[in-house]
Amino acid sequence: MSDNANTRVVVGMSGGVDSSVTALLLKQQGYDVVGIFMKNWDDTDEFGVCTATEDYEDVARVCHQLDIPYYSVNFESKYWDKVFQYFLDEYQSGRTPNPDVMCNKEIKFKAFLDHAVGLGADYLATGHYARVRERDGQVEMLRGIDNNKDQTYFLNQISQDILPKIMFPLGELTKQEVRDIAKENDLATATKKDSTGICFIGERNFKEFLSEYLPAQPGEMQTLSGEVKGQHDGLMYYTIGQRQGLGIGGAGDPWFVVGKNLKDNVLYVGQGFHHNALYSDALLAVEVNWLVEQDLSQPFSCTAKFRYRQQDSPVTVYPNEDGTVYVKFDQPERAITPGQAVVFYDGDVCLGGGTIEEAYRHEEALAHLG
Amino acid sequence: MASIYLDHAATTPIHEEVQERMMAVMNQHYGNPSSIHAFGRDGRKLVDQARTTVAEAINAPFSTIVFTSGGTEANNLAIFGSAYAYQNQGKHIITTAIEHHAVLHPCEQLEKDGFDVTYLPVDELGKVKVEDVKAALRDDTILVTIMSVNNEIGVTQPIQEIGALLDDHQAIFHTDAVQSFGVYKLDVQSLGVDLLTASSHKIYGPKGVGFLYKKEDLHLQQQLHGGEQERKWRSGTENTLAIAGFDEAIKVLEREREERDRHYEALQNRLLMELEQQGITFTINGDLNARVPNIINISFPNTEVEMFLTNLDLAGVAVSSGSACTAGSIDPSHVLKAMYGEEDPRLTNSIRFSFGIHNTEEEMAIVAEKIKPIIDRLKKVVT
Repeated sequence: MSDNANTRVVVGMSGGVDSSVTALLLKQQGYDVVGIFMKNWDDTDEFGVCTATEDYEDVARVCHQLDIPYYSVNFESKYWDKVFQYFLDEYQSGRTPNPDVMCNKEIKFKAFLDHAVGLGADYLATGHYARVRERDGQVEMLRGIDNNKDQTYFLNQISQDILPKIMFPLGELTKQEVRDIAKENDLATATKKDSTGICFIGERNFKEFLSEYLPAQPGEMQTLSGEVKGQHDGLMYYTIGQRQGLGIGGAGDPWFVVGKNLKDNVLYVGQGFHHNALYSDALLAVEVNWLVEQDLSQPFSCTAKFRYRQQDSPVTVYPNEDGTVYVKFDQPERAITPGQAVVFYDGDVCLGGGTIEEAYRHEEALAHLG
Repeated sequence: MASIYLDHAATTPIHEEVQERMMAVMNQHYGNPSSIHAFGRDGRKLVDQARTTVAEAINAPFSTIVFTSGGTEANNLAIFGSAYAYQNQGKHIITTAIEHHAVLHPCEQLEKDGFDVTYLPVDELGKVKVEDVKAALRDDTILVTIMSVNNEIGVTQPIQEIGALLDDHQAIFHTDAVQSFGVYKLDVQSLGVDLLTASSHKIYGPKGVGFLYKKEDLHLQQQLHGGEQERKWRSGTENTLAIAGFDEAIKVLEREREERDRHYEALQNRLLMELEQQGITFTINGDLNARVPNIINISFPNTEVEMFLTNLDLAGVAVSSGSACTAGSIDPSHVLKAMYGEEDPRLTNSIRFSFGIHNTEEEMAIVAEKIKPIIDRLKKVVT
């Protein structure tokens, strides 16, 4: 028996094509593969039908094809406490949360990893587009080679300690290759549509969903100079740099959200994609997590992403004593959004990341950005 | 890896003699019992023979046995059938909080349809009190439905006493006897029940067949309309193959009942002894003095049931707990909830072991050996 046959890998399976192919590849490599479906959200509809059922059915079909055991684990209450409550709190504070980052941090790579260890797993594998590799005795996380799908942005908060226990078999592949493998192997999920949006909202209307949990407080839309341009439906429905849904007509350039004033419940709007108020040249990041041992005694240069699927920008990181970092951009950046993640890279290596607390221009905090 | 099956309360393998009988039936007797030709008579003979076997087994007249597709259908027919047939005499129904979902969900549906349902509590030992039934009875009570043996904890309920209590009341008395039929010799006359449900696949017969005993002269609203088979109480061509298998399974059961009981008892004692010898901490859920020998529900402190069950399966031991939701995750048991309340840790650390005729005492030792390292590992993980 090979070593792989004695190595148990627990695969987080969602019923999608990515995690299906993850399980397939590991099975082909001879590992002792166990598929686990995570039930994080109770989405029983008005007819009593739980939509997780369909996804679980797909997990079952794929696992039957692969001849691997599969099970389910329920993290609903943990997810509610650690991810959903954070999601609501952030919106309530006028920020734009990133529940995927929080889910990876608290659920998939913490609670679920514990579960896998409890099942005697040597490794936890997921279908994320990222890579792990060992260098000089340290395990690093690298971007997936499919630049368009790279998911390290969402993984920036996972703990460095757990990297040696993680496998990302899709990191070496492009999405197209993954789809092709699924088709070649006739996997039941080969042609399944990718899920979009935030998992617990799914295909539903975001505004309606949020209004079920948070009271909306309509207020005024104003320019930064105080000119009233209309009514907003509640600050939480808007994000910095957004164009859609403002309903301001008239001549000239289209209108954009350029800021929020939570205290007075005012949404700031301005004309033009490149409106000056949207630009900043530095930010403060909190909850900073390092995935690589980092010398924090002095500033260093690297690149950073301020949102998913954005090109990297060159920055200089100034570590503070309290663990936060001040990040200066080489070039001004548009629509830096508090609550979102800033993630640092050295080439393909993901150094870590933090949560954007505040944006600055000429060393002054841009209060209107939240 | 050889697996050890300890989930016989979920379903049982088909007994060898039952298999032989079914093979023979499958090869030769395919006639539709409703047909008036020789082939039809042949099919009908099979069904009538099985009806005789069932009727004799529970001391009921031949014509009172209605074959169904299983326990769920028999329970639905009993509950909806009697509720709608007798709703002019009242709309109150009494059941318990620990029934199988095949009873609870029909009752919940009837509530939506305007019936009033009382869900009796149970004590910490999982028993329904006869006084509670008495106290809940009203002039407009038309149906009392209480299981004979609970499928999760194996505790027996005082059916005979409740039957006697209802002697001078209009209410129809139904018992879901799916878990007791394979263990106890049931006598519908002395139990005092009007309706009784049993299922084939829990007693080493095939899946897809069960029966409802329906006392003579009792009326039920039909639930399946069609060719009026089973004296119109259950339309649909009889599942002759499965019915013949059920027939055989009952015959084997009648012959082996005492031997099986002793075997189950020995398995249970051995398992508990082995668990103790491994130094495993556990408590037993449910009344130790009123239980079937083939089901035992054990709480293992500081474990978490989903992780425990998964580990056991990966180690080749098949057991169960509560009921799985449609997305595969395990809902806390409504039975343990009724016994202990919402917050008790036993709701999420209890496992049901249910023994069968093919299990051996050596297997019980192996199971305890496999449980030990899992518990030790879970202690470190479960917080």
